[in-house]
Amino acid sequence: MDILGVILLAFVICCAISVSMTKNLLTALVIFMSQSLAMSIIWILLESPDLAITEAAVGAGITSLLLFVTLKKIHAIDFQKKEGQPHGKDQA
Amino acid sequence: MAKIRPDYENSWWPRFLRWLESGSSALDDALLDELSSTAEEHLVEGAANASTREAHDEERRLLSIRDEKLLYDRIHRWAHSKGSRIIRWLYRITAVAICVGIIILLLNTAANLPPFGSPDNPVNNEVSQRYIEQGMQETGAVNIVAGMILDYRAFDTLGESNVLFIAACAVIILMRLPSSPDSKPTTEQLEAEADDRMYEPKNDMILQHQANFLVPLILLFGIYVIMNGHISPGGGFSGGAIMGAGLILYLNAFGFRKTERFFTFTTFRIVSLCALSFYAVSKAYSFFTGANHLDSIITTGTPGMLFSAGLIPYLNIAVGLVVCCTMYAFYTLFRKGDM
Repeated sequence: MDILGVILLAFVICCAISVSMTKNLLTALVIFMSQSLAMSIIWILLESPDLAITEAAVGAGITSLLLFVTLKKIHAIDFQKKEGQPHGKDQA
Repeated sequence: MAKIRPDYENSWWPRFLRWLESGSSALDDALLDELSSTAEEHLVEGAANASTREAHDEERRLLSIRDEKLLYDRIHRWAHSKGSRIIRWLYRITAVAICVGIIILLLNTAANLPPFGSPDNPVNNEVSQRYIEQGMQETGAVNIVAGMILDYRAFDTLGESNVLFIAACAVIILMRLPSSPDSKPTTEQLEAEADDRMYEPKNDMILQHQANFLVPLILLFGIYVIMNGHISPGGGFSGGAIMGAGLILYLNAFGFRKTERFFTFTTFRIVSLCALSFYAVSKAYSFFTGANHLDSIITTGTPGMLFSAGLIPYLNIAVGLVVCCTMYAFYTLFRKGDM
């Protein structure tokens, strides 16, 4: 249990550093999500399952979703447009 | 009634307004003054020496343009060579200094924190002792955290729900596209929808089958977490977030046309209003009767049962509804500026 906690804490620190080092915003977001998941396991190890559920739902789920939509809104995910054929073209 | 001054045009307020509207620099203002004064002179002296006047004006105009260009060059040369280097160095040095300062401050604070889990810590006082020893008896909630945040500290939780609601209001103010009075979609709305359709692939078979399987499970789990908030870990906030995530998954898989059948802007308004006002009214009743040692008709019941712990399950439902609606509203407002 103790070793798992140390590994998870090291993982969280690695994620936190690499989020600030990443140039690509999409990659940074995915790293942020994994950091949130590791954090929720740490909350379970610290015997606070309430916080673990909230961290998993809000930190890894909703926050990342909102950040994804924000990236779309500020046109940071523009690779589909560059290819010249946007998705969902076949629908009415 | 205020007297209209003859030099109203030159007083500071209209000049400020003019500056605000045109955004002209002081140089332009000076140029404008010069030109208008020469024009007046021109009027007074008549058209006799009009050609010389015009030549003079032309000369002055060229002079002022040259002055402006010189100034522009000087500023930009400074900004491009020396200035940019100075600013870059200043920027780096300030960034490093601020980072080091914050790191020292935080490490110092962390070093002075009381040791983890020590019995002499300030958190281990008579308040937490009472919560732990008599919490279940007084609130009827097996989950002490739910008893704390929805009974002892219920006023804080009301504030938190309101903060979430205010955040949703702010997002609506910023992101919602204005609709026309005759309920027809405006061009902005149509553009946003077209943009949304371009970026979000719909009719995705894999996603739809996944969603068919997962969305009921996620919603059921969310309801379970909310309803069992006073028995097992969980509660209104986490359960509401789970349900909101399920709704967002459903929206991503099947598009706005399906979700609009059960969730529109009116739904959001009604649910938020009802949940928040129910919370406020029921907590007011609970505070009045409980805090004054009056008899309340809402009893704590048998701890561990689903319908026990007084008002806590109902308050959990109210908080869960507000959180679920707010999360979903955030997502839809970010995506196309409406629900």
